[in-house]
Amino acid sequence: MNARRDPVAHAILLLGVILFVAPLWLVLVASTQDSATIARGDLSLLPGDGGFTAYARVLKGPVPRMLLISLGMALAIAIGKIVISVLSAFAIAFFKFPGRRVAFWLIFITLMLPVEVRIIPTYSVMSDLGLINTFTGLWLPLIASATATLLFRQVFIAIPDELVEAARMDGAGPLRFLWDIVLPVSGANIAALFVILFIYGWNQYLWPLLVATNPKLDTIVIGIVKMIAVETETDWSAVMATAVLALLPPVVVVVLMQRWFVAGLTEGEK
Amino acid sequence: MERRTIFGHRLLPLALVAPQFLLTLIFFLWPACQAVWSSLTRQDPFGLHSQFAGFDNFVELFTDPLYVDSIGRTAFFMAAVSLLSMSLALFLAVFADREIRGRTTYRILLIWPYAIAPAMAAVLWILVLQPRIGIIGVWLNRNGVAWDYHLNGGQAMLMIVLACAWKQVSYNFIFFLAGLQSVPRSVLEAARMDGARGWHRFRTITFPLLAPTTFFLLVVNLVYAAFDTFGTIQALTQGGPGKATETLVVKVYRDGVVNLDIGSSSAQSVILMLGVIGLTALQFRFLGRRPPG
Repeated sequence: MNARRDPVAHAILLLGVILFVAPLWLVLVASTQDSATIARGDLSLLPGDGGFTAYARVLKGPVPRMLLISLGMALAIAIGKIVISVLSAFAIAFFKFPGRRVAFWLIFITLMLPVEVRIIPTYSVMSDLGLINTFTGLWLPLIASATATLLFRQVFIAIPDELVEAARMDGAGPLRFLWDIVLPVSGANIAALFVILFIYGWNQYLWPLLVATNPKLDTIVIGIVKMIAVETETDWSAVMATAVLALLPPVVVVVLMQRWFVAGLTEGEK
Repeated sequence: MERRTIFGHRLLPLALVAPQFLLTLIFFLWPACQAVWSSLTRQDPFGLHSQFAGFDNFVELFTDPLYVDSIGRTAFFMAAVSLLSMSLALFLAVFADREIRGRTTYRILLIWPYAIAPAMAAVLWILVLQPRIGIIGVWLNRNGVAWDYHLNGGQAMLMIVLACAWKQVSYNFIFFLAGLQSVPRSVLEAARMDGARGWHRFRTITFPLLAPTTFFLLVVNLVYAAFDTFGTIQALTQGGPGKATETLVVKVYRDGVVNLDIGSSSAQSVILMLGVIGLTALQFRFLGRRPPG
């Protein structure tokens, strides 16, 4: 192939990049422009002279709290899912116990019951447990995960029998074995899964909308949608500054951990 | 695959699966059973009494033209989003797979949108196509095209298809690129020696080899379009104007949470559940990836 000289490929990829970067550029420049000008339909393609004033404005409001809620929720979901999936995958991969098959199938079933299909009944369970409008309610019900358990089970099964045997000869119990051998060996998978789950948690919309009606528990994504829902006299530069702040953490995580996350995603298939 | 060396404890494994097991029971199975139960009952408007009603709720749904319309609309939406998003992703992946300068940069710039929340995709698209402030939206209206997705149902559907498909391209791109990279170079090289040209080579060799990836992505995209797009739709059109963008999930939300019609919304939930089960079964059947026991 005529390596490195492929103008067609460059042209097409550049167009693709523009298609995905242009909207982000618009959000960035809009956050520095005057809201009234944007509302008139005179959005400029270049940065305005507002500088970071819109950011200063939104950071004085509820936005820092929303970012904190989102961060807490994303971290709790990512860490919680990883912890309980590692534990149950460890049990399924390394033990024979009564009900192992049942446990496996029960976990598998969760794959087929996304929140969207059980809105009302889940809400009533949440209210019976007193979890409506609590921070715990935002993350706890979301941490059961079939995909993460299946993934870890696959990884654990690939650990050679000799390692297990050696650990046993050294007198290590199962928990010691989990901590000293299994976890270090699966480090890359855990990192990849962390990225995927952090983004999953940060990007939740329907769940917080259902279980947290108290504005004090609004995540940043919920906050943005509320801000754009009023289309008259919207403070557009504030909306866009908030959008930039909302996009920053997950985008940074994806870009920085790109290599791990792409490998983890395609190997584990979701 | 069964492991030979296995720990002998009896109680420890049960304790280890217990957290996952309890969460699944409380937040997945119990609500799902309740959904099935209330889909078979009828409640009075005050929610004080409920009465067994058999399949009445389902019969009512399927004889309700609004619901049948919503099924058709959702099917169209799912197909449009999946087709658009997958074909664009495959197209880009084919070129990103070539040995060109700066391909790592191209890849990062095409992968980052994975991080965007569905609801945030709506915010990005507002600046492009909103009729009064979006760059293209304003331009269209100033040039005599009456573009307003708040008023025109067809335009509203177009808007949510574009925003939802756009958001999913990076996911599909990641998988297509991985699929393309696993196509053996020697096979392509051999085809080239035999005189197969670019498009022909792609159609007869690369694309068939990508079939498992394509099928996997098709299922993922259909599920995404059906369920995960709620945020985008809610932020852009809230299902409107009228019911022009009311997909099945938006309808469950409207009927259940906004209008508090428990019986009907539970029946709708059960139908959606059957849909997900069907799609998942399809995926495992055709990809030969069965849940091992």
